[in-house]
Amino acid sequence: MALTREEVGRVAVLARLALTHDETDRLTHHLNDLLGQFAHLQELDTEDVPPTSHAVPVQATLREDVARPSLPREAVLANGPQVDPEAGGFIVPQVIGE
Amino acid sequence: MPEYETRVGMECHAELLTESKMFCGCRNEFGGEPNSRTCPVCLGLPGSLPVMNKKAVEHVVRTALALNCTISLHSIFHRKNYFYPDLPKGYQISQYGNTPIGTNGWLEIERADGTTKRIRITRVHLEEDTGKLIHSDGAGYSVVDYNRSGVPLMEIVTDFPPDIESAEEARLYAETLRSVLLYLQVSDGKMEQGSLRAEPNPSVRPVGSDTFGVKTELKNLNSFRSVQRGIEYEAKRQIEVIEGGGRVVQETRGWDDDKGVSFSQRSKEVEQEYRYFPEPDLIPLDFDVKWLDSLRESLPELPNEKKRRLAEQYGLPASDAAQLVLERETADFFEAAAKGAKDPKAIANWMLGDLARLANAESVPVHATQVTPGALAGMVGLIESGAITGKIAKSVLEEMVATGKTAAQVVEEKGLTVSGADEVAGIVANVVAANPDVVAKIKAGNDKSIGFLVGQVMKESKGRAKPDDVNRLLKDEIAKQ
Amino acid sequence: MDLHTLTAHELAEKIKSRDVSARAVTDAFLARIEAVDGDVKAFVTVTADRARETADAVDRRLAAGEEVGPLAGVPVALKDNLCTEGVETTCGSKILRGFVPPYNATVVDKLLGAGAVSLGKANMDEFAMGSSTENSALFTTRNPWDLSRVPGGSSGGSAAAVAAGEAPLALGSDTGGSIRQPAAFCGLVGVKPTYGRVSRYGLVAFASSLDQIGPFARNTRDAALLLSVIAGHDPCDSTSVPRPVPDYRAGLNGDVRGLRLGVPSQYFAEGIAPNVQAAVLQAVELLESLGAKVETVSLPYTEYVLPAYYILAPAEASSNLARYDGVRYGHRTTGARDHIGLFEKTRDEGFGAEVKQRIMIGTYALSHGYYDAFYLKAQQARTLIQRDFAACWQSGIDALVTPTAPSVAFGVGEKADDPLAMKLSDICTLSANMAGIPALSQCCGFSEDGLPIGLQLMGPAFSEETLLRIAHAYELATDWHTRRAPL
Repeated sequence: MALTREEVGRVAVLARLALTHDETDRLTHHLNDLLGQFAHLQELDTEDVPPTSHAVPVQATLREDVARPSLPREAVLANGPQVDPEAGGFIVPQVIGE
Repeated sequence: MPEYETRVGMECHAELLTESKMFCGCRNEFGGEPNSRTCPVCLGLPGSLPVMNKKAVEHVVRTALALNCTISLHSIFHRKNYFYPDLPKGYQISQYGNTPIGTNGWLEIERADGTTKRIRITRVHLEEDTGKLIHSDGAGYSVVDYNRSGVPLMEIVTDFPPDIESAEEARLYAETLRSVLLYLQVSDGKMEQGSLRAEPNPSVRPVGSDTFGVKTELKNLNSFRSVQRGIEYEAKRQIEVIEGGGRVVQETRGWDDDKGVSFSQRSKEVEQEYRYFPEPDLIPLDFDVKWLDSLRESLPELPNEKKRRLAEQYGLPASDAAQLVLERETADFFEAAAKGAKDPKAIANWMLGDLARLANAESVPVHATQVTPGALAGMVGLIESGAITGKIAKSVLEEMVATGKTAAQVVEEKGLTVSGADEVAGIVANVVAANPDVVAKIKAGNDKSIGFLVGQVMKESKGRAKPDDVNRLLKDEIAKQ
Repeated sequence: MDLHTLTAHELAEKIKSRDVSARAVTDAFLARIEAVDGDVKAFVTVTADRARETADAVDRRLAAGEEVGPLAGVPVALKDNLCTEGVETTCGSKILRGFVPPYNATVVDKLLGAGAVSLGKANMDEFAMGSSTENSALFTTRNPWDLSRVPGGSSGGSAAAVAAGEAPLALGSDTGGSIRQPAAFCGLVGVKPTYGRVSRYGLVAFASSLDQIGPFARNTRDAALLLSVIAGHDPCDSTSVPRPVPDYRAGLNGDVRGLRLGVPSQYFAEGIAPNVQAAVLQAVELLESLGAKVETVSLPYTEYVLPAYYILAPAEASSNLARYDGVRYGHRTTGARDHIGLFEKTRDEGFGAEVKQRIMIGTYALSHGYYDAFYLKAQQARTLIQRDFAACWQSGIDALVTPTAPSVAFGVGEKADDPLAMKLSDICTLSANMAGIPALSQCCGFSEDGLPIGLQLMGPAFSEETLLRIAHAYELATDWHTRRAPL
């Protein structure tokens, strides 16, 4: 199943990557290469084989519901590339209609 | 024009009442300075990892049990991947597919005419809330506040095909669900603060059609009233679209409560595809059957059961019982007051009547005024024993709400006890003496005129005389003339 | 005395006995960095002032007769994907330039608690995606044994730092071989612990179900010591395993008699350089001569490891890297009109080619209609790969011996344009991550041109003690580990 440039473009939108024309070409080529390499995986008989998400079985350990101190606000905002210190938040382009 | 029928699916989200957030120790509270309750985990800083809050899990399991769900013994968490400025990790930890904590439950609603209906619930699951965008008009940009990010959120979804067949049923469903959440103490149920959010999916179809219409999803409904109004509006709008030869578009619509209209929220948003996959940072929950049994046994009496019991045990009309059980504290207040009372119905009447009115004026629930259940029972007791009249009791209750004093204290301080027989006899003698012409009429056989004299006595006694006493004493006095 | 040539144990003993001050040790390593890092380029950030302060604090404690930790005064290099409070953590990416974490990774806190002195942050392939450090957005690290060659990757900076004597110990992370392959290329001991043995809290995630942090050292004892310090359950990492941590040095008794070693035929096949095969098989013979029992085994699902890995790891990565959107930290584009534009441009500018490629594969594998064919299939293959290993352990095998990498270190630029060839250099190491089992690489010889060759040991979950014991026994019988890079 060969991937078209259009499909690659659609995936790039999902991944929020603004690819250039050249990048799209290169990725289309590369992804098709990889899919070719992976073709034999598709033929592997996995009927009745359960999927593995966690390799090492471990019991879920839950956290007691105890509140702890949060970070100081200055520390939270310190890494923000664009912040409004007065409003105490991270700036994003205006989101309308909500 | 054919007859149309409405079908409504409901998706409700409730923020859970916990001390800390879902995956970190930041305090779970409403409001506050933006970004004052955040940490590496709920900010999605590189390297941070989630650790599940035990209480949040317990809250969802208890709710699922109360909603008659099957509990998944092996419950998996997933990542729901999408980009939005209020979503710090670029994914929301949620539960997808067939292993949410609860599946296949139901909730019974009671319509105004007293008939009941089961609304089937397909899933109850646990996820995390997002941050919030603050829009400032002047600035030309929005600001993100992550205080709400990571607050534990429970999602409850009704089954398909929808059992809800009207806007009113949808409202009843939301109200009943809220009651259950309040009884379980898993949510504060505050729709106006967004801690309980109802998102109905109404659709219409001609009666007799065997396919369902295209649904729309309504958002921003922040009261039960707007749930009902929104669906009524939307159903009407959809019918108009169809009758006008158009097609209903599947979309999210906002509700403008002031204008009473819904509006399309479709933006130029690109295709959404959530690319769910099992969350590798969390271990699936494996529930112990014994633990589930113990939770099931420790469930409180739920509103529907309580309603039936109150009606039966205290001889209340169903409508009174239904009102009393909407909030658990109200029902508890009633039961505390009604315990040992001669006439529990009178207690209910006072609670749903005058006390509710006074509480409402103070913007508090009926159980949260300064009047204790014991004090209310005491007041009703004074009426029953004849120590005060119902009319006096109204002003006594007002004073009780205002000051927190008991009925006996108010009556004592204000001298509102029923006047003694001697005192009344004196007033009666004076009134008879002052109205010889009326007395004459009565003696001439005009019995009705006695009413005037009764009124005069009551006026003189400032309402503290018992009408029975007055009648008897007047007759005696007139006979003496 | 050249302090920078000493092992971590030697340094720890000298400092503890106050033979030499922690400050003098730190200064010696800082001087060594000054001298050779211009060529090696192992460090992204050197935190000299902090290091001296930490060393001075150790000296004060020792002077006051206070208890100190097992790594008191011993310098360590940290891969730049481990969060360090107050010290920039870039992950080798432009998108994280300027990111200063407000918190320490759990392993960093554990190191500091044990008295270790962090010298700074080591270079790596961007987001740990790569096998040579050539994908670092900053610069390429050089192999101390031959500066024209790569040190391996993605933890190439950590490996090169230790091999160049710029640090006696280093931490790396391993998602598909990122500790073991550079350890092999640089002639070091590198351990990828059992999944869940070491907390991942504060490790910038690449593929969450595969990532593990582990030690680099010049010998087994040092690696065992560092592993003992960083291992253990962490309440901040749900996937860390609540299981007591032994002192991994305790089992280093040189005795491999009766241990059953498996040699999987699939790992000695086409594509593995003859000199590598020969060196590893020679090591196997040596272990046999020391009393181990050797047998050939088969891991039939080996051929599915590479495709399954290259679906699962990118899928998780595509999600883990979604948070880099220019809002809260790191690079942000200018002039975006809406948030979609902000995200797309920020990410396009901030990520390098390899990272974009993997995000694309992962996004595709998870997208509607392809999930079952790719992601689910890969997870099922993962189950079969695990079963291969389980069958070995069930038949009584204690450890498997394989090459770590198909060849010795390759030249800078040699494979940069051949992504598939680059990926094949992980062919021997991916399976341990897929199965969650521990694995170790150590030096088992040198090529004709003087480049180290790596041998890999793999064992059942939580068998680190056994793997270290075998490696230690091998070390006692050989002297490869005593050779130093010619710098």
